[in-house]
Amino acid sequence: MDPASTKGKIRQLDDALAPIADGSLLVVPADYGGVAMEATRGLIRRGVKRLRLVTLPTSSLQADLLIGAGCVEAIETSGVSFGDLGPAPRFTASVTDGSVRIKDATCPALHAALQAAEKAVPFMPLRGIIGSDVLAHRPDWKVIDNPFGENDPIVLLPAIRPDVALFHAPMADAAGNIWVGRRRELFTLAHAAAKTFATVEELFEGNLLEDAMRSGSTIPAFYVEAVAVAPRGAWPLALSERYPEDRPHLLEYLRAAATKEGFQKYLEQYVLSPRAG
Amino acid sequence: MDEVLIYALARMIGDARHVGVGANSPIPAAAAFLAQELGEGKPTVSLQESPRYNVFTDGGRELFDAAGQGRIDVFFLSGAQIDGRGNINLVALGDYGQPKRRFAGSYGSSYLYFVVPRVILFRTEHSRRTLVERVDFISAPGTSPPNVYRPGGPAALVTPRCVFLFDRARARFRLESLHPQHRLEEVIENTGFEFDWSEPVQTTPSPSAEVLKILRGPIAAKMAQLYPSFAAGGFGAPRDGRGERR
Repeated sequence: MDPASTKGKIRQLDDALAPIADGSLLVVPADYGGVAMEATRGLIRRGVKRLRLVTLPTSSLQADLLIGAGCVEAIETSGVSFGDLGPAPRFTASVTDGSVRIKDATCPALHAALQAAEKAVPFMPLRGIIGSDVLAHRPDWKVIDNPFGENDPIVLLPAIRPDVALFHAPMADAAGNIWVGRRRELFTLAHAAAKTFATVEELFEGNLLEDAMRSGSTIPAFYVEAVAVAPRGAWPLALSERYPEDRPHLLEYLRAAATKEGFQKYLEQYVLSPRAG
Repeated sequence: MDEVLIYALARMIGDARHVGVGANSPIPAAAAFLAQELGEGKPTVSLQESPRYNVFTDGGRELFDAAGQGRIDVFFLSGAQIDGRGNINLVALGDYGQPKRRFAGSYGSSYLYFVVPRVILFRTEHSRRTLVERVDFISAPGTSPPNVYRPGGPAALVTPRCVFLFDRARARFRLESLHPQHRLEEVIENTGFEFDWSEPVQTTPSPSAEVLKILRGPIAAKMAQLYPSFAAGGFGAPRDGRGERR
């Protein structure tokens, strides 16, 4: 099969990303889940606008880059940071000055709200949260009295039904089945979203669903809109168990993105000139 | 100093079956590994960021589901601010809508603080700006009304100066011990909330030669692999009370 074919689900990157429209509710995994960074740079080059970004449940460079490039109108997240390397500069600046709207969440709430969409139910209950200012600033989250108990308040979270899920995985086959290994939150993303887009390191010869060792860790193609091959497509983030994050590059980004001007220079050098890095 | 801290945290883990360590928490991770060495393989240690030490295979939600079921006995949390009632703030300083400073977010704290039986708070900066009378934003409250389902909550707060234990019934911290070379007056001066104590205040035990050997051997090796920037800063290098390397 020709990987450049536009007939099947395996496409060239820009072609695969074309259906991701401005204003989409876009859900992406945390760094450990496999982040589609090459695709993210592609979306920025294309000038995608007004994304409502949902991170399952956290993010780092992907959210920071999209926010800094002006692609994001709102973000729902449990946390955006570069871990031990430091805070996320463009996220921090944009949330502080109010240019990006934030819905603060907590990790299990995002998992649960997407699981509600998987099950096509309107909401999911979750323990905890009561008495926090997270809840106080979420008018869309409700507290009810457990109908099966007595005097037992519990939080209800409305389902999150994303327009688009986007992630990077180790491999897909020609039919568009995607092998994700143990990263099972990617199943939740694909089940919950109307359309799933993925980049992969490489194509698998044969059908993943016919391979007993791999089928249980494979997202079936019927959830998948398009797949593009993007070797090292998570760079400079890690793809768990394949390659580590590029820490010198992330430090270079953090130094640059400390100012708007520095961020712009980074964008020109590594994102806007195609196939940089 | 880090070694006294790690040892104090490890002793608090005690005979837990399963200890969870969140992202970017090298000292709690070292403590969990030390507890595992001292406990001859018990407890199970989960580190979110490491495939090898991540014992979950059902996606990011499994940790939270397992914690909700009571399968995680100890978890470490922190806060940009921690107040005297055990409330923690990981979100913002000042007004939430127009923050003076914005932080990363609440992560799993708004949930884990309720369901994990023993949450150990750990803060590398012990000052009046971090340990405050009242947090500006409650990511997770220290205590809850009696009708709120809450099998878990804060057990202790450990800083580079001392160990506090949390009294859930009174919603107050009690000074348990001062680390070697630290004084009660210094802790009072650098703590923004009121707390209880009785004199003489005990001294936090220092690790024995045998424990130090484990810390500087197998634990240091794991840390270098898992937290390269932390380990590169000099594992065991002294810190001042603000958490900065001296």
